[in-house]
Amino acid sequence: MSKITIPLGPQHPALKEPENFMLVLEGEQISGATVNLGYNHRGMEKAAEERTYIQDLYLLERVCGICSHSHTTCYITNVEELAKCETPKRALAIRTLVAELERVHSHLLWLGVAGYEMGFETLFMYTWRDREQVLDCLELISGNRVHYSINTIGGVRRDITAEQKAEVLKRIDYLAERTNYYIRLATEEATVLARTQNVGKLPYDVAIERGAIGPTARASGVARDVRKNEPYLTYSELDFKLITADSCDVFGRLVVRALELVESYKIIRQVLNNLPEGPTAVKVPMRIPAGEAVNRYEAPRGEDIHYLKSNGTDKPERVKVRAPTLANLQSVAYMLEGGWLADVPLVIAAIDPCMSCTDRAVVWDPKKGRKQTYGWEDLRKMAIEQYRRRGVDFTRL
Amino acid sequence: MKKPARVFSEVVKHLFKKPATCAYPFEPARIMPHFRGRIAFEQDKCIGCQMCVRVCPSKAIEIVLSADQPPAPAPVEGQPAGPAKKKFDCIMKLDHCVFCAQCVETCPKKALIMTQDFELAHVNRKELRRHYK
Ligand code: SF4
Ligand code: SF4
Repeated sequence: MSKITIPLGPQHPALKEPENFMLVLEGEQISGATVNLGYNHRGMEKAAEERTYIQDLYLLERVCGICSHSHTTCYITNVEELAKCETPKRALAIRTLVAELERVHSHLLWLGVAGYEMGFETLFMYTWRDREQVLDCLELISGNRVHYSINTIGGVRRDITAEQKAEVLKRIDYLAERTNYYIRLATEEATVLARTQNVGKLPYDVAIERGAIGPTARASGVARDVRKNEPYLTYSELDFKLITADSCDVFGRLVVRALELVESYKIIRQVLNNLPEGPTAVKVPMRIPAGEAVNRYEAPRGEDIHYLKSNGTDKPERVKVRAPTLANLQSVAYMLEGGWLADVPLVIAAIDPCMSCTDRAVVWDPKKGRKQTYGWEDLRKMAIEQYRRRGVDFTRL
Repeated sequence: MKKPARVFSEVVKHLFKKPATCAYPFEPARIMPHFRGRIAFEQDKCIGCQMCVRVCPSKAIEIVLSADQPPAPAPVEGQPAGPAKKKFDCIMKLDHCVFCAQCVETCPKKALIMTQDFELAHVNRKELRRHYK
């Protein structure tokens, strides 16, 4: 059968975010896939260099609309590390609480999107209705539904009162009950099983080789979770399980996320019931001492990495964000190969992609005064060459 | 284990439930007490220190001298004449503001106040540039 190449996107490929997939089709089956990024470059990292540390907090929050707390917490951990600031225990606990509420809302959102992509819109409607409960919790605690802005350098901006605690716990109880129903539904309903089992396969060794992270990696049996591997905030004191699945397909990713919801409820209850007393923020000077810091954070989509370089002024010299989706896109190309065209939206959606997070890369010539434009092929050749010098062979990828 | 139509009983139950959504704009929207909305300004408290302007991440505030300044206070016997207390206006660009309320936290005189006002959409962009006097 002759091969044809069709572009999927950048207009609405599976989700309402711009990204292009070139799919090589043999009949209805995909024999090759490439991912093309670069439709959503917003120049955030450069913009961050022009603003003060506190202003960057609100800028970096807008890297992503779903994991806004993840980006600010990761960034602020860097800033506090450089400033050698002792963040109060209570502030760390509140950050953990918001982080887990964010994970709940992100995973429920994903469950809805997955339901939608597999043609099971009842699930979409129900999960999104229930997601309102956790969004209400976030609005109650922080003041807004999406950009919570709870973090400030040296702590958090709002405290939690006894009434807020009771209200959040009430909603979490409701959500826990609903989630148990969704877990039963997802593992027994024939539609879900037919659409997700053996779709978008990502075996264990490929997941490792391609550097998959977050629920995508955990669904391939890779026990990789920054909360466990390198605990930050108050995670080292909390009791929760690292969820993995070994079915290596979209069904596994669904199960991992659904069971993680249950763990998140557990964490939220623990944090709320053991909130340490004390102040919620300490004062940090505007100027941050010179230095470099890197921190990792387990965002709902996987490991988020922030790098910060300070030069002793009130503005950072360099901010670099590695969003989780960028790491998982390599795996998507693999998952699509050999699959069916009709499954493409579901497979893409299964990594819970967030293109706005990912698309911030910019390439410029580091040699001063010499402008040169590199095409995709040149860049690829250079990268392969560089890795070969270090003894890693990427030629066949 | 497959069980077809697993969701059917749940769907039937929902036929007899109240809608989960609220009928905004025909009824008031439900917002939480500390929702961050439009920032309001109290002129008599502002000292014109420009801290809010410097901290705002989206350059949404301008603090300018008011057009009409109060007269200098009447000189007191035996003391040098004190300077007049200046009055300031606040220009709030609602199309720039990201409603982070950092300015409210930074203002040393509490001259900026966070309100719960969220119905700010407008068809005329000029209307989004509010001049508080
Ligand atoms: S709320 Fe934030 S963006 Fe709006 S004026 Fe205040 S500091 Fe600026
Ligand atoms: S509003 Fe507050 S921060 Fe802004 S100039 Fe006036 S006193 Fe200073």
